[in-house]
Amino acid sequence: MTRYIVKRVLLAIVSVFIICAITFFAMNAIPGGPFNSEKALSEATKQALEARYNLDKPVPVQFVLYLKNLMHGDFGVSLKTGRDIKDTLLSCFKVSGRLGLTAAVLAVITGIILGSLAALFRNRLIDRIIVFFTTLFTAMPSFVFATFLMLIFCITLKLLPVWDASSKSLILPVIALAAYPTAYVTRLTKTSMLDSLGQDYIRTARAKGVPMVKVIFKHALRNALIPVITYVGPMLAYILTGSLVVENIFTIGGLGQQFVKSINNRDYPMIMATTIFLAVVMVICNLLSDIAYKVVDPRITLD
Amino acid sequence: MQILDGNGHITQGKVLFKGEDITKYTPKQMEDFRGRHCAMIFQDPMTSLNPVYTVGNQIMEAITTHNKVSKEDARKKAQEMLELVGINDAPRRLKQYPHELSGGMRQRVMIAMALVSEPSILIADEPTTALDVTIQAQILELMMELQKKLGMAIIIVTHDLGVIAQMSDEIVVMYGGRICERGTAEDIFYNPCHEYTKGLLRSIPSVSNMKKKLVPIAGTPINLLNMPKGCAFCARCDNAMKICLTQVPEEVRIDKTHLASCWINIRDNKYLHTEEAEVKA
Repeated sequence: MTRYIVKRVLLAIVSVFIICAITFFAMNAIPGGPFNSEKALSEATKQALEARYNLDKPVPVQFVLYLKNLMHGDFGVSLKTGRDIKDTLLSCFKVSGRLGLTAAVLAVITGIILGSLAALFRNRLIDRIIVFFTTLFTAMPSFVFATFLMLIFCITLKLLPVWDASSKSLILPVIALAAYPTAYVTRLTKTSMLDSLGQDYIRTARAKGVPMVKVIFKHALRNALIPVITYVGPMLAYILTGSLVVENIFTIGGLGQQFVKSINNRDYPMIMATTIFLAVVMVICNLLSDIAYKVVDPRITLD
Repeated sequence: MQILDGNGHITQGKVLFKGEDITKYTPKQMEDFRGRHCAMIFQDPMTSLNPVYTVGNQIMEAITTHNKVSKEDARKKAQEMLELVGINDAPRRLKQYPHELSGGMRQRVMIAMALVSEPSILIADEPTTALDVTIQAQILELMMELQKKLGMAIIIVTHDLGVIAQMSDEIVVMYGGRICERGTAEDIFYNPCHEYTKGLLRSIPSVSNMKKKLVPIAGTPINLLNMPKGCAFCARCDNAMKICLTQVPEEVRIDKTHLASCWINIRDNKYLHTEEAEVKA
């Protein structure tokens, strides 16, 4: 197990490096630069600025210099704000992470419960209602759903604030973020639950005289969770790193917003830092889901 | 056992266990009945054990479902059962998962699991179909040995006449969900009185005469959703008569222990009439 984790971490470093390289060269290939703005700077100022941030050197040299700083844990400063990138990233991640984690936990728990219910009451009213809503939430884009939520709860019913600093204002974004993954987890759980309920070992457990509730939650559910775990790993990564749409609609200063802003600004070190951060979160979540796999299903060997 | 899906239900008749009709049991009573009084082993040991729990966990579950015992006692009992069904190194096996065991081992585990609460009846649904011939023989021997040791009844469901000949005292031949013929093993094998039984016996390949062609029963098994009005077997029967198409044959007594439901017996007057039957019985 330890060997496996070490191996995966080493592989992860390689993939993060590759992602770094691709991003670095790709972003330099986009026309424009951090100091091109409507208000033209004087040629001398611009040159001085570019020299200050090594932007006058050839791109490969810039890359090597960047990596060198990275090795020391130095992400550089934002070309737009001049603030330390590490601080900005961490404060953004705190917002997105809290929001995302709440949404992910909500999505997984409700998804599994609703999916199991739909499987158990297959073709009954409760199943049909669940299927209707999962279809709705998988089909509806999040900006539509988020806007609807705001309209109903903030404007019409006036139950929640449109925006303030209280944690109450996080309720709607969490719901908006969780809607799609909840629907997806529900559908996955339903399908795999139906599959595992039809298996021979369920019949065996029933023949032993095990009560139905225990058959469902001990024997069927654990087997049904295996496909769900595959989805939850990457889902967690996406949701933790913030959603551009939801963060923009609810004006939350999270990672998603930061990422898009940095690209529009050609804020090179910021783009790099955000990308690396997203890649690392993704790799960690995938590793966690692989380990969770092994915990749930003993047939899987991690080598 | 009432473990089929919702589309399988009992249309009529009774199932008596120690004088009680278990078809009238509530689901709760049935849960208690299953496993405690009547246990089952299934056709395919490869899929009949839950892959994500250890063998020990699954056997212990069968124990704790019906008895209030500590986990430690349950483990001890599970270990004893594994030894009883001839699995070596039981403490280690308890901690293994089903995929770490061979097919024969898994079927032994299934048997151990079925027998932990010492049921009066063991239903074995084609217990050896998925196993190869040598393992088959071992499992059957084991079942017969345990039957003697624990004094339970075994109901074995199979189409393998060899297995039946070896295992059974009494045989019920069924086709299309109806009983064709019943009697002792001797009655069935030496004096088959139903065309289906005869067909089955004819279709056994002969070891002494390898050149002889197999004699199959013509046609395909009947569609249970679309049962005919008369005898279920008549479409495949070489000697079917007009009456077979329209009327379900009555069951008549051929001998003291031997009953059959075939119009041919009635046509040939090859049965005991009521008075005779009473005298013989």
